[in-house]
Amino acid sequence: MEGRRYTLIVIVMTIAVIYLLRIFGLQVVSQYWKDRGTALTEKEVVVYPSRGVIYDRNLRVLVTSQTVYDLMVLPKDVLPFDTMAFCKITSLDLDELRSILKKAVTYPNVRYKPSAVIKQMKPEEYAPIAGELYRFKGFYAQARTLRVYPEKAGALLLGDVGEVTKKLMEKFPEYKKGDYIGLSGIEKSYENELRGQRGIKYVFRDNLGVERQVANGNLDVKAIEGTHVVSSIDIDLQKYGEKLMQNKRGCIVAIEPKTGEILALVSSPTFDPNLLLGRARGANFLALSRDKQKPLFNRATQAQYRPGSIFKIAQSLTALQLGAINKDTRIPCNRALIGCHGSHSMDDLEMAIVHSCNPYFRGVMQRVVEGGRNPKNRFKDAQIGLGLWREQIMKFGFGTNLSTDIPGVKKGLVPSPEYYDRAYGKESWNFSTIYSISIGEGEMLVTPIQMCNLACIVANRGYYYSPHTVKKVGLNGAPRPEFSQKNDVGIRPEYFDVVISAMEKVVGPGGTANGAKLQDIVICGKTGTVQNEPRKDHSVFVCFAPKDDPKIALAVYVENCGFGGTWAAPIASLMIEQYLNDAIKNIEREKHILEQNFLNQ
Amino acid sequence: MSRNRNNSAVGPIDWTIIGVWIFFVVFGWMTIYSAAYDASHPMPFDFAKEYGKQMMWIGISVLLAILTLYIEGDFFAKFAWVIYGFFLMLLVLVLIIGKEVNGAKAWFGVGSFGIQPSEFSKIGVGLVLAKYIASIGGGQLKNMQSRLVSAAIIGMPAGLILLQPDVGSLLTFVAFVFVMYREGLSGNVLIVGFAAILFGVLSIVTGAGTANIPFYGEQSGVWMLIIVLTILAILVLLYTRNFIPPRNRRKMYLIVTVGTIAAASFSYSVSYIVDNILEKHHKERIYVMLSLPVERKDADYNSEMAKITVGMGGVFGKGWLDGPMTQNNYVPEQWTDFIFSAVAEEWGFLGSLILIGAYVFLIIRLMFIADRQRSVFSRVYGYCVACIFFMHFLINIGMVIGLAPIIGIPLPFFSYGGSSLMAFTLLLFIMVRLDSERWSVLK
Repeated sequence: MEGRRYTLIVIVMTIAVIYLLRIFGLQVVSQYWKDRGTALTEKEVVVYPSRGVIYDRNLRVLVTSQTVYDLMVLPKDVLPFDTMAFCKITSLDLDELRSILKKAVTYPNVRYKPSAVIKQMKPEEYAPIAGELYRFKGFYAQARTLRVYPEKAGALLLGDVGEVTKKLMEKFPEYKKGDYIGLSGIEKSYENELRGQRGIKYVFRDNLGVERQVANGNLDVKAIEGTHVVSSIDIDLQKYGEKLMQNKRGCIVAIEPKTGEILALVSSPTFDPNLLLGRARGANFLALSRDKQKPLFNRATQAQYRPGSIFKIAQSLTALQLGAINKDTRIPCNRALIGCHGSHSMDDLEMAIVHSCNPYFRGVMQRVVEGGRNPKNRFKDAQIGLGLWREQIMKFGFGTNLSTDIPGVKKGLVPSPEYYDRAYGKESWNFSTIYSISIGEGEMLVTPIQMCNLACIVANRGYYYSPHTVKKVGLNGAPRPEFSQKNDVGIRPEYFDVVISAMEKVVGPGGTANGAKLQDIVICGKTGTVQNEPRKDHSVFVCFAPKDDPKIALAVYVENCGFGGTWAAPIASLMIEQYLNDAIKNIEREKHILEQNFLNQ
Repeated sequence: MSRNRNNSAVGPIDWTIIGVWIFFVVFGWMTIYSAAYDASHPMPFDFAKEYGKQMMWIGISVLLAILTLYIEGDFFAKFAWVIYGFFLMLLVLVLIIGKEVNGAKAWFGVGSFGIQPSEFSKIGVGLVLAKYIASIGGGQLKNMQSRLVSAAIIGMPAGLILLQPDVGSLLTFVAFVFVMYREGLSGNVLIVGFAAILFGVLSIVTGAGTANIPFYGEQSGVWMLIIVLTILAILVLLYTRNFIPPRNRRKMYLIVTVGTIAAASFSYSVSYIVDNILEKHHKERIYVMLSLPVERKDADYNSEMAKITVGMGGVFGKGWLDGPMTQNNYVPEQWTDFIFSAVAEEWGFLGSLILIGAYVFLIIRLMFIADRQRSVFSRVYGYCVACIFFMHFLINIGMVIGLAPIIGIPLPFFSYGGSSLMAFTLLLFIMVRLDSERWSVLK
């Protein structure tokens, strides 16, 4: 029977060889099990940097970040679980949970990529879930930051962030699904600075859901926090502007002329920027975008109005520079040619500005356009004249986007000879065809920020800095280099004397904006009434103050409420008071403005 | 050869076996340490963790081993029935006052420690079987009576274990069939056993599907197997009769007919048992092993994780304490039955080769040691030890690498657990002691 030992040995050896072959197959031949193991045990976790804080010019926090948690699911790791318990801790109902899980494995989502179950839970919502999550394999929380706006103002100016869309991801491949990106305002234009740099953490995840470092974190890439940004906004002024514009459509642009820093950018009606946060964002965004008053439309930079009488400032300066008139030129107020208002008959330039004399400026424009540069052909002459005029007008920033740091600024329109050629045919138009642009009506279109910039140019006597909303990138940084570059408009400084003097008189006794007068501050301004048939005119006012050392320039637009001196001018004066004195003495004026409601006109 | 040497623990002791045992225990503890490693409890003696407790069990086992070496071999022969009876009693007792773990009443619970009598009962079976075979003369398991007595010796504890129920421990009792084969049981037993496994697997695989039988419609797929089997048998009968001399034909007819009927009814029974009698999780485990579709999605979780863990090892392994699957506890309770996966991941194919080589070496070495015994008692006991190790090796490693169904039995000296370590140590050292007396007595 001893021979039977060998049978047994053969059996043992056979089994050992079979097992070794199998182990060799699993360990050495096959890559499949290794791939599965690596996929299970190693994970790249994106570490989102905290986004930079946006401050106002006095370092008050305008936008900051708050930590929220996304509850994620990685479908491949999900094991059958107690759905009732899960629903209980997450306060989802069973059908919701089912549809979320179904969606997580339906194209374009796949089993091995995480999807969100609940987005943006506040810390207090997440806290009760955190302790229970280990029971549900495949579910985990991802912390990220959400923007909050403590001052509840400046919605369009500050802008918002949202998840990148497919379209944006195609444009900027460095963004991945689930990343957040600035969509408008400062958030968009300073996205690169604010966002910081994503880090990567390589982790193990064990089956209790606890994450551990791979290789002691040596492979990890640290997240770099976003750069803080100091905005040029004075948040008190901004909020006051929004308050004054309540129940009105329109906008206020306030710029510090010496630097081009935007002090306030009010577009009304406005909304609390916190509405576009978190899970309510979708619904609120829809409601805002359907609102007939268009709160999402930034009137200060995107609304293109006809310039109205305030354009006469630019006309005066252009005509002086082109030598078409001098400050003593008098032109009769011939109301047969074009309508006018008030009692005057033969103004010089200064008084024509004060009276906003339409026939005078018709005459000025005629001298500019029909300069006799081609005496043989009136049409060609007009073409040359208009070209010269346009060249100068565009130096003021009209017809350009002013190179601001605000996304989506509209250019407006300064009609060129080619424009009229297209409209009327070549050499088929002359001054009499196009004269309405002389008083800021007709084809010409401007944006409020361009008008405010014009006020800056006058205040600076001949130059401007591109208006911008960010004063410093980084708490001790500088503005973007392009904003410290002076733009000269090519008008001799002395030509501004007459214009400034006229603008002072506009706000003085008998001027069209006398209602904007302040006891202690000399304001130089110009009213405008932009025709807007068949609806009521827009009330417009541009100004700067104080006269001798301008600290603020403003453009105020109030839609469909009438004459410029009545509404826009007092609003501007209150803004000046607020900014320069930090207190309002003209209580009655303020009350009168706050009581008005023009929304339904 | 003097009495002096017989009483000594330093007689002709087989140090090779002891060396292998030390290797297993040390390597085993290191693997448990790694599999159960907890960064907040890094101390090897921390009793809050499995490696701390195992350290204690190793200490106790060393004492038991030394003690065993000082007990005269006679003692085991004389007291074989007492030891057997004692463990049999424990097996009865555990059914009454045992602690139920994973649906089986297999443990005596003492605080956080547990003792599993089924592990020890194999020692008793080995001793009594050896004593009985020695009494009838070695290699003489040829008549029905001796086979029935042997079967009863094995069957009593096995039956009690089945009542727990602990299918894993029960299966390891197959080891004694190999021993009986060595001592004269017909080789047909092994052939029948092999055929049973083959037909068992075939019937489960076919039974998992359905077959469209003419006139009977949709039936369990096992019927297809039976039909094919019958047709094959008829073909064999028709075409081989010409090659068989006429005097042997009757015998052949009988063998083929009986064999076919037996195979068919066995197949049907297996299929029926799997479908209707086995508990659902047993059926799932068998299905998982055979790569058959399972309803419950994570039924194959342990098996898959174990295979992944093994696969991660590569040729040289990830290094001790560095296996990502092991360190992150993907395999549930890896330090117990799935301990081999930790070895494979952290020591790679080379480590697996060494481990399997060491087991094969131990088993074959034990067989040679057994055969050099003059005493039948020692020889039979030696084969019992070798075959018990073989069965544990066969089932445990087969389970980890997906070639055997998931059956919870320990890998000797590796798996965490005091009962198995102590029982296997005793089992082995009794043999070492018996071997050290091989020159002195003829039993």
